[in-house]
Amino acid sequence: MAALTRQEGRHHMATNGHTNGHAAKKKEPVLVVVQLSGGNDFMNTVIPFTEGIYYDQRPLVAVPEKNVLPFTDTLAFHPAAKPLLDMYQAGNVAIVQGIGYENSSRSHFRAMDIWHTCEPLKIATEGWLAKVVKLIDPDDTNPLTAVSFGRGLPRALAAPGVTATSVDNLDNYGLLNSIEVAERRAEDLQFFKRMYTPAIGTGIVLDYLSQTGNGVLTGAEMLQEAPKRYTSTVEYPSNSIGKSLRDVARVHTANLGTRIFYTQHGGYDYHAQEVPSHTRLLGELTTSLSAFMQDLREHDAADNVTVLVFTEFGRRIKDNGSGTDHGSGGGAFIIGDNVQGGLYSEYPSLEPSQWLNGEDLRHTFDFRGVYATLLEQWMGIDAPAIVGGTYEQLQPFKPATVGV
Amino acid sequence: MANDRLALTAHLLRRAGFGATRDELEAYAARPYEEVVDELVHPERMPEIDEDVLRRYYPHLGANQDNPNSWNGRWFYRMVNSKRPLEEKMALFWHHVFATGWTKSEHTPTMVDHVEMLRTNGLGNFRSLLLGISRDPAMIYWLDNNENHARSINENYGREILELFSMGIGNYTETDIKNVARAFTGWTFEQPIPLYPFGHFKSHFVYKPEDHDEGEKTFLGETGNFNGEDIIDIIARQEATARFVSRHLYNFFVADEAQVPAWSVQEPVDPEAIATLVKAYVDSDADMRTVMTVLFNSDFFKAARYQRVKCPAEFIAGVIKLSGTHRDVQPGLVAFDSASRVMGQTLMDPPTVEGWHTGKEWVDGGTLTERINFAVSQVMDVTKPGPQAMIRKLSDFGRPLKPEEVVDSVLDFVGPLEVRPETREALVELAATGGDLRFGSDDERQKSEERVGRLLTLTVASREYQFA
Repeated sequence: MAALTRQEGRHHMATNGHTNGHAAKKKEPVLVVVQLSGGNDFMNTVIPFTEGIYYDQRPLVAVPEKNVLPFTDTLAFHPAAKPLLDMYQAGNVAIVQGIGYENSSRSHFRAMDIWHTCEPLKIATEGWLAKVVKLIDPDDTNPLTAVSFGRGLPRALAAPGVTATSVDNLDNYGLLNSIEVAERRAEDLQFFKRMYTPAIGTGIVLDYLSQTGNGVLTGAEMLQEAPKRYTSTVEYPSNSIGKSLRDVARVHTANLGTRIFYTQHGGYDYHAQEVPSHTRLLGELTTSLSAFMQDLREHDAADNVTVLVFTEFGRRIKDNGSGTDHGSGGGAFIIGDNVQGGLYSEYPSLEPSQWLNGEDLRHTFDFRGVYATLLEQWMGIDAPAIVGGTYEQLQPFKPATVGV
Repeated sequence: MANDRLALTAHLLRRAGFGATRDELEAYAARPYEEVVDELVHPERMPEIDEDVLRRYYPHLGANQDNPNSWNGRWFYRMVNSKRPLEEKMALFWHHVFATGWTKSEHTPTMVDHVEMLRTNGLGNFRSLLLGISRDPAMIYWLDNNENHARSINENYGREILELFSMGIGNYTETDIKNVARAFTGWTFEQPIPLYPFGHFKSHFVYKPEDHDEGEKTFLGETGNFNGEDIIDIIARQEATARFVSRHLYNFFVADEAQVPAWSVQEPVDPEAIATLVKAYVDSDADMRTVMTVLFNSDFFKAARYQRVKCPAEFIAGVIKLSGTHRDVQPGLVAFDSASRVMGQTLMDPPTVEGWHTGKEWVDGGTLTERINFAVSQVMDVTKPGPQAMIRKLSDFGRPLKPEEVVDSVLDFVGPLEVRPETREALVELAATGGDLRFGSDDERQKSEERVGRLLTLTVASREYQFA
């Protein structure tokens, strides 16, 4: 019962300090982050279907053994995640088991903050990806270096002096768009630009508004091109994450210099009614991811993209009679054509003596090590200053890819 | 001096309400400031808004219609037209604190009742608010208290009432959370009429003694066979609660603060102001009307002009007031709900139980675009009553106006709005494009109106207009 899956799959793990190659590459590496908001239930996503204890502890929400989609002798995907199984079997999915950090927070807000800032012990305001943007584009020349789709800019992309673009509707993005006469709009945009001139001593928020306003002006001009250039035979499912990932594909294939894309899929906080909710969400998520990868390949644009799927925490081992409460020890997925598919790290032990606080999965791999892996091995960026220290990394990329 | 009074009153009305038309502002400013505050904190002295016509225009406001958009349109109508602006503002404030969302239940009548409860109790005692939300079907379903049973607790509500609704993290233990959850077992709701085929009808609170945990519970060092009311009583007299509520009030009514999760480690920007509010809370035994009176009459409040980024609801309601439309019932209210949504604030549907992130976090490239484009689209038509009132004010000078005079008049009309030199310079340059402003001939009038419209458009697109 203990240490389940240790014998399963491949275990790729390396300590920090691998060689960082500098092979010239035509296309710059791109990271697509998919945030599952609310706390995805890892145990019901990657299911330890041979464990009696899984069924004992979850009389209501456990997925019956006959329905699961096994991919090793002891682990299976949730039945709604068939597209993920397919991608896994094609070798394009690295499963990071037991991801988390010490003293995992059970507050959505706080936990998400920690994931966004890499600061579990104090309140930080700079997002980890915003720091990446600052390194990639120190002079703030391209407002599209990072693009987030959906409502609001995530904290991961927020930091003073960093411009990141947040797009809700890609098809009508831009300022003063109700002024119909094009010449007058252009003229008024000039006045607008002057009003938004950054000036010394205006205060943090006014400065921020100047920067944001100017970023929108530049970004809008560039983004206008993306929908015009894009055509595809791939049909995305009509749900929010499908729409967001299609927008990622439209901008990515327009080659506007975007290195980081951010998307969110909400609704994972199922204290109640978990069974139908989780089934719907995993279906939406995995069909969208599958369409996205297919679309990129159709455009010969998949080879420089890696996707990270993460959530703020896992859920309690025992169900509450309808759903599951906030827990810890979640899981993440790294997806892409350069990914060496398989199982990474260890599945948290289901042995009761190993439970955290007597009720939670104990994490087996620090999330900052996953970030460091992506930064150093994929983006070619030194991680310690961004993630706040040196953490054990994985080796989830095919050898030829490592050291972009 | 008179202008100072006007500016201060405008500040009060942006915070205690949703701004004011020029006529409203001048009427309020003619009265002593303290008297205006007293009227605002006593909404019951003013007539209730008449919704008869509204309901005729918006049939979706019927009892069993499950359409949150129309109800949010109605809320915007109330924000703009209520003679009791603080009543609506307090409801919005508590909605930020007790963030409950439609998405999970998709049950509009219950959410409408929830907001009505916030409206009714908004200036009452904090205990009655906590009791109100604990017995509120929308909240019970949102945080799963209907799944919180004597035999198997669901600690969601127990956790959030402490972390997000009263004391803040760091003031209680995980054991306290479990015991609070136990005290609220049996607090659930009923749906008297089946959903199908009749539609969505209101739910109501029920207490099920047979599902209540009658065991002894220890909470914050006190032990007894506590029920939910006892827990609320203990919570309401904690200094941590007074402080937490005060920081929320400061952030919403005075000046932008750090976000809630930072409060356990980050001192308030103005500790003295918080101490004043805490004292008002403690001395009045948690009476919100008293606390709000202290707040609005304080020097720290009066000095805090334009220190907050407007939340989308405030922004939209303020723009509607400026445009002078929707003073009586017209079609089009539902569009304000959509506008608010794309600015990052869907009323009756906050993203999570933690509510909306406020201040600077309202603004990013996407939401700034939405805000500016909305404001511009609402005021660019110079035939609307708001722009017409401003044009009248300018033509009443009865002489040609220099570009600087025109800009200063527009800024005064819009706020009075205080702007940075670079903003004013850009506006003056725009104002100067046709020389002095004249209203002599029809042709002059038409061109002048157009120019004033453009100035107004650029003014609401300014950085400064983002602030309340």
